[in-house]
Amino acid sequence: MSVDDRFSQDYRELRTAPELIQRSEVMTGPVSDWATDFSHVEPEYAEGAIEIWDDLRQRCPIAHTERFGGAWLPTTYEDVAAVAYDTERFSSRSIIMGNYRTPKESAPVGDSPPISSDPPFHHDARKLLLPAFTKTAVAKQEESTRAFCHSLIDAFEGRDVVDAAAEYAQHIPMRVIADMLGFPPEDGPKFKVFVESVLEGINLPFEERMDRTAGLFDYLFEQVREHAENPRDDLTTHLMNVELYGQKLEPLHVAGTIALLLIAGIDTTWSAIGASLWHLARTPEDRRRLVAEPGLLPTAMEEFLRAYAPVTMARLVKEDMTWHGADMKADDWILLSFPAANRDPQQFDRAAEVVIDRQVNRHAAFGLGIHRCVGSHLARMELRVALDVWLERIPEFSLADPGAVTWSTGQIRGPRVLPMRLG
Amino acid sequence: MRVQIDSALCQGHGRCYDLAPDLFGDDEDGYATLTERTADGGIPPGSEDDAQLAADNCPESAIVLEVV
Repeated sequence: MSVDDRFSQDYRELRTAPELIQRSEVMTGPVSDWATDFSHVEPEYAEGAIEIWDDLRQRCPIAHTERFGGAWLPTTYEDVAAVAYDTERFSSRSIIMGNYRTPKESAPVGDSPPISSDPPFHHDARKLLLPAFTKTAVAKQEESTRAFCHSLIDAFEGRDVVDAAAEYAQHIPMRVIADMLGFPPEDGPKFKVFVESVLEGINLPFEERMDRTAGLFDYLFEQVREHAENPRDDLTTHLMNVELYGQKLEPLHVAGTIALLLIAGIDTTWSAIGASLWHLARTPEDRRRLVAEPGLLPTAMEEFLRAYAPVTMARLVKEDMTWHGADMKADDWILLSFPAANRDPQQFDRAAEVVIDRQVNRHAAFGLGIHRCVGSHLARMELRVALDVWLERIPEFSLADPGAVTWSTGQIRGPRVLPMRLG
Repeated sequence: MRVQIDSALCQGHGRCYDLAPDLFGDDEDGYATLTERTADGGIPPGSEDDAQLAADNCPESAIVLEVV
């Protein structure tokens, strides 16, 4: 079989010329007032996001900042849902809020289709992915995921303290998505660097961000070329062969979608597993109850997803407008905090409490509307298996050093350092 | 009790077929469907609570129940 010549060029020759990318000034430093100067990349947001949303929701439900070239942060469920459903006025062209915006010329595909695509193209690009991520399809990964979780815990043998984020939560989605994409499982450390570059390196100088992104795409092109030589039954081969409107996908569409699956598949689930374990470590009554009633896990897990939803998305305002009292300008960001919506007492009874047997839980952890997380069934399987195996093997655990726990900055929220005392 | 899935609203979250798998299923893209037991648009007697639980947990409010 001849090598697919769509991928013979380098990423750096195909990408949008850096000079076309809209840039804004990098503004850093402590936040003066969360209502008028918010930033999701300062350490105080990592530590206190939940309190910040709760405060804003009461006094200024749509916060603003001049940072990132102008941005808005709605904090009520109603406003978050309204933005998510309104694809006429809010674009998904750029979904990682920072100091550069993907140029309009890259539409409708965007950097990482379909999450970076608007209708009508979005629907057709998304449809290519859906069958691989149904509940039935992801169930095929469950047995190997369970075995992998056991192997991670086997490696804790003889230790009193482990880092549940770095030594457990992180590895599970890395292994699962590497298997699904057909990437070498030993490349996990590279994935970690890519994830941090894309999602946490928001305020790095422009050239460095571009370089890091190029490093990710150089790697993806390498993997795609290897698949062109050795096609197999995995998602990478599927994306290389699948057709849209009678043609195979553009190389940047293939690589952009793989980038999305890799990045969004890892950081998010890693955060959800870590946050759930963090909650159980500091709430012994919930931990004991789940150990005693494993059948409650699917319900409890939804509550962890509500209360500690990891994923905030972003949108760009399409045209100048006044929206729910806010004077928005074209290309202003919207930081679309599903986690803030999930904490809104107007939408949820006892919103501030974690109620592990909550029966009615219409949370928005996986988004609302057409961009519902395509990997939600996979994430739920991984979270359920990860918690199930941990609780079965390690029913007794607590935070070894609560002050040492750190949470990530940026749009994906979860514990990054989580020292856990076992037994 | 009657049931309808509003396919314009359903985004394939799958809460209904997680919570009430005998009343709701999914198609090849993961969108919700009715099952053999609900294909006629009726909730079988005794399954009303399951149907209500599924509807109450749909993030998109795509399940429409009607008590007849």
